[in-house]
Amino acid sequence: MDELLQHVVNALMLGGTYALLGIGLTLIFGIMRVVNFTHGELYAFGGYMIFMCTALLGLNFYVALLVAVILGVALGAAIELLLLRPMRGADIDTTMLIMIGTWIVLQNTEQMIWGGVAKSIVPPLSTEPLVLGPVSVAWLRVFVFAAAAVLIVATYALINRTRLGKAMRATFQDRDTAALMGVNVHAINTATFALGSGLAAAAGALLGTVFVVTPTMGDLAALKAFAIVILGGLGSITGATAGGFILAFVEEMGAGYVSSGYRDAMGFLLIIVVLLFRPTGLFARAERIG
Amino acid sequence: MPWLGLVFLASVPLWLRDQYFLHVLITTGIFTIAAMSLNLLLGYTGQLSLGHVAFFGIGAYASALTSLGFEVDIFGLHVVHEPWPVVIGFLVGIAVAGLCGYAIGRLSFKVRGAYFVIVTISFAEVTRLVALNWVELTQGPMALNNIPPFTLGFGTSEYTVWGKVPNYYVVLAVGAAAYLVIRRLVRSRIGRAMIALRENEPLATSLGIDVTRFLVLAAVVSAAIAGAAGGLYAHFIRIIDPDIFLFIYTVTMVIMVITGGKGTLAGPLVGGLIFGMLPVVLREFASPVAQWIIYGSLMILIVFFLPRGIVPAVHDWWTHRRGAAAVPERTRVRVENAANTRT
Repeated sequence: MDELLQHVVNALMLGGTYALLGIGLTLIFGIMRVVNFTHGELYAFGGYMIFMCTALLGLNFYVALLVAVILGVALGAAIELLLLRPMRGADIDTTMLIMIGTWIVLQNTEQMIWGGVAKSIVPPLSTEPLVLGPVSVAWLRVFVFAAAAVLIVATYALINRTRLGKAMRATFQDRDTAALMGVNVHAINTATFALGSGLAAAAGALLGTVFVVTPTMGDLAALKAFAIVILGGLGSITGATAGGFILAFVEEMGAGYVSSGYRDAMGFLLIIVVLLFRPTGLFARAERIG
Repeated sequence: MPWLGLVFLASVPLWLRDQYFLHVLITTGIFTIAAMSLNLLLGYTGQLSLGHVAFFGIGAYASALTSLGFEVDIFGLHVVHEPWPVVIGFLVGIAVAGLCGYAIGRLSFKVRGAYFVIVTISFAEVTRLVALNWVELTQGPMALNNIPPFTLGFGTSEYTVWGKVPNYYVVLAVGAAAYLVIRRLVRSRIGRAMIALRENEPLATSLGIDVTRFLVLAAVVSAAIAGAAGGLYAHFIRIIDPDIFLFIYTVTMVIMVITGGKGTLAGPLVGGLIFGMLPVVLREFASPVAQWIIYGSLMILIVFFLPRGIVPAVHDWWTHRRGAAAVPERTRVRVENAANTRT
């Protein structure tokens, strides 16, 4: 029982960052119809930025986290403006190939600059774990969960409570009508890609602190983000949030009770099972965001 | 044209004595075969399968394990397999890959577009993790080594393929066979059905084309050929580990196909040769990491400026240069006839 409780807590802590990754990807797909293969690289980029800011520039950890997210937003906006905007109207496979090319370039550039050796980030938090009865959690994990929760709530508020969010929802529902109503869909695309990228960078900065930062860390993250988004149904933020937690639970339980070697395989098996029975995902009954 | 190309390729070992070049040519050939098989799905049925490396890896592992022998316990059942001749292993590899193609085809063709892409990637990732974790069978990260080299024939008349030149001819023969199979397929009624599906699925369905049947058929043939390429790889390199399933190899195949021109028979050959030989040119002045950066950039540039690939672009340029009219021959004759009858 105690063991189960510990697994549940671990899954919750991990689920927050998974949800962040999934929300970013699902927003980009839902609004732009782009399967974003650079998502994992933005995640790795977030990790490297926080490493650079703390270890090399000596910035405060929390400031560095903020800088990493802002730089992630900037990189996302640059990718959208340089590579996706000229390809507007191209079919989904074409943009996917461009994203794969960008992913290769980004990943190998990271490897060239920082080398293949894993980098670790030292957070300014007590290494004593937080003990609650039978369960113990590292303070860092608590912080990561809190930060992820704040970002998820902020994203919800942005989508549901602001003018920009309203324009995004309109573009999602019907791009042409939204454009006719005066929504600048080009700006919405850039904003969406930048926002999604910022969320990926935040997830990378947070999990990069928990684990280590390596050039290939983005590959598995991207695949997991896809799994999360498929679970929730492409384009659904609620689905992506739920999908993030479901994936974390399945992984944690699979690692705890089946085999830790297959931890990362759980998510993919889950996708295959879900698509067998509900090809549009678990939460895709209403195809809208918000 | 294809025969001329085959004769030229067959003559290469006669004048090229450099062992390194031959080695590169053999691996290029193997990956070109894999790219040809991907082209059947990506180019002719229009389905972007990003899990193709799974079939390559399954073929490699199945072929290597059949010829090496193994001993495993599955659900309490103790299975011992004695080593079989390599040529049988190679055929088993093709069959197993084809079967997996059937299973995955049945499963993943329920969905299209982005969902299909993600299902295929997931499948490849699951196979990689199985290869990594089923240590009893695959040796996991310790890799399968001492894989026997390719052999032809059985028993007393067995011939072992040692060295670069015989291996080159084996790869060339398998490549030519794969080319013929694909050409036969895409130029038949089945191929026309596949192209019809790619161009307009609802219309094709309304004409009575059984969508799933043709897609699954394409997936089986494509997976089997990829499995053959994997088998060749296993017995040529003679060591395989779970990294053979990495996504990056699928990306290599995709780059080859789109650079050459998807949906053309010559496309994967041209793309395969370019990206197979590029490392030879680049290694003089670029590290492997820098080479990947160049590949990625090339991929973006090609999609931007030659979206249909090199072969269709050259073809267009050639017909334009010869001064052929924009109107096809048959139509032009009809137009002229119509003009004549009016006067």
